[in-house]
Amino acid sequence: MSVLQLNKVNVIYPPPKRGGSEVHALEDINLTIEGNDFMVALGASGCGKTTLLNVMAGFIQPNSGDVLLDSRPIKGPGADRGVVFQQHALLPWLNVMDNTSFGLMLQKKKSEERKKVAAKYLGLVGLEEFLSHYPYQLSGGMRQRVGLARALTSNPAILLMDEPLGALDAITRETMQELVLDIWRQTKKMVFFITHSVDEAIFMASRLIVMSPRPGRIIHSYKLDFYQKFFETRDARSIKSLPEFIEMRQEILDIIHGDEIRIDQG
Amino acid sequence: MSLVNSFKESSLNYFSKVFGRGPVKPGESYGAPGIGNSTAISVVTSVTLIFLWWFVTNMGWIKPLFLPTPESVLKKFVSVWSEDFGGSTLWGHSKASLFRVFTAFFLACVTAIPVGIGMGVNRVFRGVFDPPIEFYRPIPPLGYLPLTIIWLGIEDLQKITLIYLAIFAPMALNARSGVRSVTIEQIQMAYSLGATRAQVIWHVILKGAMPEILTGMRIGIGFGWTTLVAAEMVAAEAGIGHMVLSAAEFLVTDVVIMGIFVIGGIAYMFDLLMRFIERKIVPWKGKM
Ligand SMILES: Nc1ncnc2c1ncn2[C@@H]1O[C@H](COP(=O)(O)OP(=O)(O)OP(=O)(O)O)[C@@H](O)[C@H]1O
Ligand SMILES: [Mg+2]
Repeated sequence: MSVLQLNKVNVIYPPPKRGGSEVHALEDINLTIEGNDFMVALGASGCGKTTLLNVMAGFIQPNSGDVLLDSRPIKGPGADRGVVFQQHALLPWLNVMDNTSFGLMLQKKKSEERKKVAAKYLGLVGLEEFLSHYPYQLSGGMRQRVGLARALTSNPAILLMDEPLGALDAITRETMQELVLDIWRQTKKMVFFITHSVDEAIFMASRLIVMSPRPGRIIHSYKLDFYQKFFETRDARSIKSLPEFIEMRQEILDIIHGDEIRIDQG
Repeated sequence: MSLVNSFKESSLNYFSKVFGRGPVKPGESYGAPGIGNSTAISVVTSVTLIFLWWFVTNMGWIKPLFLPTPESVLKKFVSVWSEDFGGSTLWGHSKASLFRVFTAFFLACVTAIPVGIGMGVNRVFRGVFDPPIEFYRPIPPLGYLPLTIIWLGIEDLQKITLIYLAIFAPMALNARSGVRSVTIEQIQMAYSLGATRAQVIWHVILKGAMPEILTGMRIGIGFGWTTLVAAEMVAAEAGIGHMVLSAAEFLVTDVVIMGIFVIGGIAYMFDLLMRFIERKIVPWKGKM
């Protein structure tokens, strides 16, 4: 079991132009993701969710604080953390199979092994019949599934997903929520998942953090188990209309809006 | 009466077929501007133009000195192919020109493309190459042609240098902007899968820049050809531009026109060749 730990992490972006003010994107973030947490980050636009994910991925170094994966400091991006992007980031010149096995190719794995591993994860996301399609021949949901399969091929300790379902229509989005949960259960990986949708957050999270902007901080943290109900009943619709679900949504909306009012008042 | 009517109808039918909005086939979108096949119309235009040319010249409305008949131009093409004109045969002139343009093009490919990519991925490269390229890029090549004559004479070396300079900048700048067309997510994606910097440059940046590199090559060879023909008309001892200019000096108009067709035909072949290469190398271009 892996552990991802953030201790007193601060990220301060320099002012965009001279005379501007710097942005305190993350202030003293303490966070531990462990076991097989499905950690969801929720918060208004600009509260530092992407910044937090970029720190975990190693795309940016924090100004201060420690980021540790299994007690080893994260110095840059690496194959032990799989990233799924909002805009899928597929390579248009590679077909589904080659896009999925791109990481294995970089690691100079043998061709048969690449095919085997990629086919396994493409099967997991339900794309085994589209191996030779090119990205432009896929729907938005299918592209995200390729992105997910690709992130899984290097068998990372944690999956980092930045609004992976944000660009999808409502119906595809619900299907994908269930798919991501199923894959999480089967692969037993830690997940860090960013979303704007309160329903999505409550439905999927085993742990939920709510963030507030300027400076970016974690203002609330929950342990949830609606996903558990989904694994039992496989009926997402009725889970999302349970009284306790609606209550939870109300509570979180109050936090987010209360936060906005506080900001408006200075 | 009915004959006139049916003629009217069939011609109307024909017009609506050529210009009207046809039914939308699967894979096409209704209302997309300019959609549909235009080959038939283009053939009609070309045939009409050639017929007009043939008609006015054969009616004697224009003197052959100004516009010779299509037949005589065609005849010249056949005869000058193997006979000497202005120091060489048509084939000889064409060979001289093609050699120059391809040599310069090849040299530009192996230097300008790496330089452009270097400028895209490396600050030092960009700092070094930006000022000279930005300085001479806007100058028309004929502006520095006299200097190349002073330095290098009027032989192949001068021509190749001139075309090389003319096409270096557009090819390098296209390669550079191709590098920029790669998205930050694609690069982060590769790093997060454990790529090294060299792998990112090779497998992501270079591939992603390929469509624009090829566009640069297409622009380069077209512009190089234009520049070469002009340079050969200024000073040369062989070459297709030189042939046309010597024909004009002796008022051999049919050779002048034949030369223009050859110049255009070669330019068109370059374009076809580059399109073919694009389809082979970057079939995904413009699709995402
Ligand atoms: N590269 C950067 N340079 C300067 N400031 C930045 C940079 N990236 C983000 N910021 C600022 O940091 C703050 C947090 O940005 P971040 O992208 O992490 O927000 P977010 O929570 O992901 O927002 P969204 O939900 O809209 O994606 C914002 O105020 C933003 O303006
Ligand atoms: Mg974001």
